[in-house]
Amino acid sequence: MTSAAAKPTPEVTDELRPFFAAAREGRLVVQQCRGCGRRRFPPREICSHCLGRQADWVASSGRGTIFSFNVMHQVYHPGFAAEVPYAVVLVELEDGGRMIANLVDCPLERLRIGLPVEVVFEARGPEVSLPQFRPAAA
Amino acid sequence: MTHPLRGQYAIAGLGLTPMGRAYDSAMGFAVEAVRLALADAGLERRNLDGLMLNPGLAWADAAMGSFALQQALGLTNLGYSLTMNIGGATAAAMVQNAALAIEAGLCTTVACVFSDAPLKPPKPDDDGKKQGGSAAAYGFARGLSAAYGQFGVNALYALVARRHMHRYGTTGDHLGAVAVAERAWANRNPAAQFHDAPLTLADYHRSRWIVEPFHLLDCCLVSNGGAAVIVTSAERARALRQPPVYVWGFGQGHPGGDPLDTLTSGAPLAKRTAFAMADIEVADVDVAEIYDCYTFTVLVTLEDYGFCAKGEGGAFVADAGIGPGGRLPVNTGGGQLSSFYMWGMTPVSEGVIQARGQGAARQAPKHDVVLVSGNGGILSTHSTLVLSPLPS
Ligand SMILES: [Zn+2]
Repeated sequence: MTSAAAKPTPEVTDELRPFFAAAREGRLVVQQCRGCGRRRFPPREICSHCLGRQADWVASSGRGTIFSFNVMHQVYHPGFAAEVPYAVVLVELEDGGRMIANLVDCPLERLRIGLPVEVVFEARGPEVSLPQFRPAAA
Repeated sequence: MTHPLRGQYAIAGLGLTPMGRAYDSAMGFAVEAVRLALADAGLERRNLDGLMLNPGLAWADAAMGSFALQQALGLTNLGYSLTMNIGGATAAAMVQNAALAIEAGLCTTVACVFSDAPLKPPKPDDDGKKQGGSAAAYGFARGLSAAYGQFGVNALYALVARRHMHRYGTTGDHLGAVAVAERAWANRNPAAQFHDAPLTLADYHRSRWIVEPFHLLDCCLVSNGGAAVIVTSAERARALRQPPVYVWGFGQGHPGGDPLDTLTSGAPLAKRTAFAMADIEVADVDVAEIYDCYTFTVLVTLEDYGFCAKGEGGAFVADAGIGPGGRLPVNTGGGQLSSFYMWGMTPVSEGVIQARGQGAARQAPKHDVVLVSGNGGILSTHSTLVLSPLPS
């Protein structure tokens, strides 16, 4: 039997470097526009509200709710062959920004829009920690 | 006061190549579609002085696509050339641009073309099973979405559909009603890829999941092929071979913003312009050819044109009926779900066939006002045509 293929490790681009650096330390950060203060994720070069170019990476509490989700049944990458069906969730962070992730420590039957979740970090390769979400502790 | 462009332009020719598992290059399909459209209209290549191309994914040099197509067709002395891409909204928008270019005096007769060839011919040694790719084959999987296992447009539309279900109570039966209705139309269309395959709601629910809430049968086909229409002035169209399909009104709507928040397409914006130009209301529409990358797209677009209240698209498609014998005939050729996937040319071409009254077994009995919609991105771009066999 061959060993299971690894899930893809995201490329640490210049744009995402601060995000991954924080995640390595177990912190979730999102971008905040210096011009208008709006928070956003994923990062963007230009704020679509104020057209500002300057942004800072700021800490998020890592708490939020499921805004939407899908359940993937197709294998597009061998790293997910043992996972299907698996959920991709869109989390609305309580302090601003939305990000996709996978839901961990939660059966699919419990998954619903509005479910409170909190961030956890998954090691993905030697260099990268990936923010994931699990149902929030009651 | 009547809009000055209402009914002044017409679609005078339609060319559709074989669709689906037919094999040619993207260029080959485009050239053949133009040849067929010219023959349909009773025109020669030398009569064309405008050329517009929406290049599909298989176009090698998409950026200069209309020029490359011009060279392939041997066209000289074009007064108008444009390569255009706003996704599935492009086809209906090309017809609009063609009318505006003629109105401005740049040209008189424009071919609007789409083609694609994403399906490769089966190889003799192909046993039909996919081989496991090398790591290099997955070089695309470098971003955050891939790290989370989110791949493709299906997954993004699924997020929007799930929100719609949450907010408005839309169900899998509602989505399935669209798939079943379009298949019933396809069963009456000999050119449809699923012509010979009936479909029940139970069959729909049994089809495998792609990405919940979408089954396989919620998602459009993948097709090779080419489609072209010839746009010219109403006056010139009357002298040609086919009954003219008059363009009563047109419009576009590109709402921006996040469709996950709005759950709304560009149809409300595009409709405002198009229906005002055409001088119609939604109740006047006899046939609707609605862009259907997914079952969900049809349901939400019908809401957005006002065929029912916002959020009631599910009940509308399930109760009022959009199949043969239903209250509103929708996607009468089988649409992109059951006939063929030529981006926005699928609804445009079927709109032309219905307006002409050439739908044979699938012809809607009343077809004075035919609505055509295009949609691109994730409910991001939208175009509308109001077509009619009547000059006014
Ligand atoms: Zn800003």
